[in-house]
Amino acid sequence: MRRTVTAILLAGGALALLPWLGLPLFYESFLYLVLHWIVLATSWNILSGYSGYFSFGHGAFFGAGMYTTAVLGTRLEWPFLATLPAAALIAAAMGVVLGAVVFRVKRVRGELFALATLAFTFVVGTIILNTPIDGGPGVSLASVGIPKLGPSVPGTFYLLALVLAIVTMLAAYLIARSKLGTGLFAIHDDEDAAEVMGVPTFRYKLGAFAISCAFAGAAGGIHAMFVSYVTVGETFSITVPLSVVLMSVLGGTRHWAGPAVGAAAITALLYAFTTGDHALLGKAVFGAVLIVVILFMPEGVLGWAVGRLRRRVQPTVASAEVPRPTRATRDMGSELLVARDVRKSFRGVQALDGVGLAVREGEILALLGPNGSGKSTFINVVSGHYRADSGSIRFAGDDIARTDAHRIARMGIARTYQIPRPFAHLSVLANVALPAMFGAAALDARGARHEAHRWLEFTGLAAYAHAMPADLNLHQRKFLELARALASRPRLLLLDEVLSGLTPGEINGAVDLIRAIRDQGATIVFVEHVMRAVLALSDRLVVLDHGVVIAEGAASTVLSNPDVVTAFLGTAHA
Amino acid sequence: MTLPSATLLAQSVLSGIFIGALYGLLGLGLSLSWGLLRQINLAHFALAFLAAYLCYQLSHVMDPLATLLVIVPLFALIGVAIQWVFARFRVSPFNSLLVTFGLTVIVEAIIQGIWTADFRKLESSYGAAKFKVGALYVPVPELMTLVVAVVLALAVHVVLRHTDLGRALRATAEDGPIAAAFGINERAVAMGLAGVCAALAGVAGVCLALSYTLTPSQIYAWIGVVFATVMLGGLGGAIGPLVAGVVIGVSESLTMAVTSPAWAPLVSFSLLIVVLLVKRGAVK
Repeated sequence: MRRTVTAILLAGGALALLPWLGLPLFYESFLYLVLHWIVLATSWNILSGYSGYFSFGHGAFFGAGMYTTAVLGTRLEWPFLATLPAAALIAAAMGVVLGAVVFRVKRVRGELFALATLAFTFVVGTIILNTPIDGGPGVSLASVGIPKLGPSVPGTFYLLALVLAIVTMLAAYLIARSKLGTGLFAIHDDEDAAEVMGVPTFRYKLGAFAISCAFAGAAGGIHAMFVSYVTVGETFSITVPLSVVLMSVLGGTRHWAGPAVGAAAITALLYAFTTGDHALLGKAVFGAVLIVVILFMPEGVLGWAVGRLRRRVQPTVASAEVPRPTRATRDMGSELLVARDVRKSFRGVQALDGVGLAVREGEILALLGPNGSGKSTFINVVSGHYRADSGSIRFAGDDIARTDAHRIARMGIARTYQIPRPFAHLSVLANVALPAMFGAAALDARGARHEAHRWLEFTGLAAYAHAMPADLNLHQRKFLELARALASRPRLLLLDEVLSGLTPGEINGAVDLIRAIRDQGATIVFVEHVMRAVLALSDRLVVLDHGVVIAEGAASTVLSNPDVVTAFLGTAHA
Repeated sequence: MTLPSATLLAQSVLSGIFIGALYGLLGLGLSLSWGLLRQINLAHFALAFLAAYLCYQLSHVMDPLATLLVIVPLFALIGVAIQWVFARFRVSPFNSLLVTFGLTVIVEAIIQGIWTADFRKLESSYGAAKFKVGALYVPVPELMTLVVAVVLALAVHVVLRHTDLGRALRATAEDGPIAAAFGINERAVAMGLAGVCAALAGVAGVCLALSYTLTPSQIYAWIGVVFATVMLGGLGGAIGPLVAGVVIGVSESLTMAVTSPAWAPLVSFSLLIVVLLVKRGAVK
């Protein structure tokens, strides 16, 4: 990590000498533009590339920066350099306000987010056009003095953009390697699963948005001075958002340096093709290059290159050596989870109709019931995936019925999904390290990787640590779910049909594994249809039907309960 | 600020309806390909302008409306060809945006190469024709656009809702592999639909040529507001975009009449943001 940071700084230092080499001024302006687009594309990528929330509103924040510098420089006569932090701040503040509204609405993902941000651009542009900020004719910065940093004016702009580009790329790199970056990549693949594993998705998106907007704002501030005449029509157009998206996708959005590669390539291509005698042909060639690259390298140039370089992992067949500690006899402790009168309905379907049950510390509780009886909904409500309409859920004394899912995860509840939901673009190891970082264990990146290795060993997936989830079969993916839940070191583990779809042999292995988990100190609630496993594992049974608890107790008494028989088999007609 | 007269307001509402019909017509093809093919087709605008220029060119030798006989089949073919590439490379929704942007740039270059960047205006017998209803002027080309937009929206709606083809389309959009398992030829359905969408772009282009002055860079001017139309109207529907287009068109032209033309974008895009945030269900 330190090596890359040093390399970025050294490259920046070397490039900073360029204005003194006596190149034609024209080159400095061209290089300024390359750096300008590197800043815009890289900053865009911090939110949009990493988390998958493609913003088409980057022009709004860039434009906000331009107008901040224009207004502060001309009307309030601030020195140019002093306007740049203000430009960054105002852009970031706008991003936070927009994000705080848009990120609250769960539906606004993907295309809807893209459009909402695009619309925002035109709204901001219209407001600036019609208010004294611009007023229509545009703002000229001719009166603002340019500080002398380089030997020439273009050299000065080049140096300013270089500094900003270095800072932006450092930020992009450090974020990609940080906890924030890990969380953003998880949001990209499966936001709900990330939240349930303890990633504070709302805060992370908002933070990434603010950082992304701040750099765009600063770039706008410099650019206002560079063009020296700012108009709404030029600023708040579709050009900036489209260009940054194209550049980032071309370079590869999952790599911190991808947008920079794309920005340099497109700026150079546009220059090479659209100046000179054959501008029109150049434009068409540019369009064709774009199409060909996207068709043949959908992951972007760097994504493609990294994919080719990555050592193809050949997973050796794992000897699934499951630790089998002797089953400790223990007293069933106090009540760890108490649900009272929990209700949840979906558009008139009452999935939970006043569920009340208690889970004791250290026990394995099986949750049974026919299809549609509310078992999975109950797991979803306890883990915070859904919010209960009413009722209380107390976990270790705290009411969690209205707590965000990521907080619940941090308090010590982990869950698996019935259909495994691994983060598709993260390695198996990273998939398991994520909850270790964000869940109750709250380890740092190093500790989380160590912990992840431990649980991969435990679930027999150690040989696949560097494989991608898509390389695993169903059985292994189910165990990956388990390893992810365990890596957060939960006090309460919610297992949603981990055994369904497994062969009898695999079920035996899984049953041993679940016992071993309990013996390490976790309390387990599991939803299961495989009765053999239920009888082998559970200390107690709770049976749900139509969203209410109809029986609970030891297996022998519960299963002979006439209500339970009716729920599963229907009423006998004579 | 004095409120404009009732006649002026009524005239603005009328012109809002006319421009809204064009928004809806452009939005119809976009909505179908987005909702049913999961493609964000920026090239729709480029195709519409290409059709508009073709109509302009052909109008020297034939009636502008007769050009539809050439343009509709030609563009259907273009649409099928583009869809073939999309299916061949399994382009994801976001990458479809990029590929169609590349296509847009190419089409823009072609248009500029053939017809230059100068303004072009189709001259025809009814180009400037208008008649008067009460105190209101009704321009003939705009009225034709409205009629075309309504007829096409209704026709597409009927096909989608009440024919086997429409059911196959909707089923494929919902879950392609499952639809295929029930015997729907997904590839053929998608190609057919892409052909229809491109043909709709062609029709919209002819309407554009009848009422508007053409220049290549105008391709980009329509993107924002037509996307707003499609989002408001809901993806994959036929009537929705038309209604939404008229709502946006009328609110824009009323804003222009009451305040100044420069405020118009604020209304439509604020409307879009509000709808995105509060509307449930209709936008998928």
